[in-house]
Amino acid sequence: MLYLYDGSLDVASILKDWYDIEAKSNYGAYVTFVGTVRSEDDIDGLSFDIYEPILQKWFDTWREKANSKGAIIKMAHSRGDVMLHKSSYISAVFSPKRRVALELIDEFVEDFKASAPIWKYDLKDKKRIYAKDRSTAMEHSGLLA
Amino acid sequence: MVRVEFLGPIQKEVLELDIINLNELADILQDDKDMKEWLDISAVAVNDTLVSNRDFALKDGDKVAILPPVCGG
Repeated sequence: MLYLYDGSLDVASILKDWYDIEAKSNYGAYVTFVGTVRSEDDIDGLSFDIYEPILQKWFDTWREKANSKGAIIKMAHSRGDVMLHKSSYISAVFSPKRRVALELIDEFVEDFKASAPIWKYDLKDKKRIYAKDRSTAMEHSGLLA
Repeated sequence: MVRVEFLGPIQKEVLELDIINLNELADILQDDKDMKEWLDISAVAVNDTLVSNRDFALKDGDKVAILPPVCGG
């Protein structure tokens, strides 16, 4: 499942909800990744734009890939502003055995950074500044150049 | 008409264009000074599917999205 929230994520609540939902699904492994906004370059926080139609398609592809391995993937992400030391991103894999979950979370998070249609901005001096230097061009970029 | 949307940090209003493929869109955007910094680094989706071919045919009612570099998380 893909969950989008306005503002920062309530990490404890989300991880508990996911655990409770799958508590009796007979998965032996629950591996999580929690992304937290760090203090660097004098930012006050980060802000995010999301294009949901393509994000949902991208996520559905991963959901099918996980299902083919007997696993499930869940992901939560923030829209809008997230201040320092709060979380903007959580993903998790449940699988029958640990190896599938550990490998999938690694592949999933890496592809998320390169392919998910989400744009990040630094919040600094009351301005919202696109984090261009830290962003990755998507596959087939430059098609119209 | 084909609707062209510019996503994320690209500060540009939606365009409604009478075009039949992405080559025609490329010609229009290459002449647009607002797009100079974006075309090299942006991906293109038609009806929310990423495309890799500039000959991709467009029809009335299609939605094109221009996607600049991403950074989730």
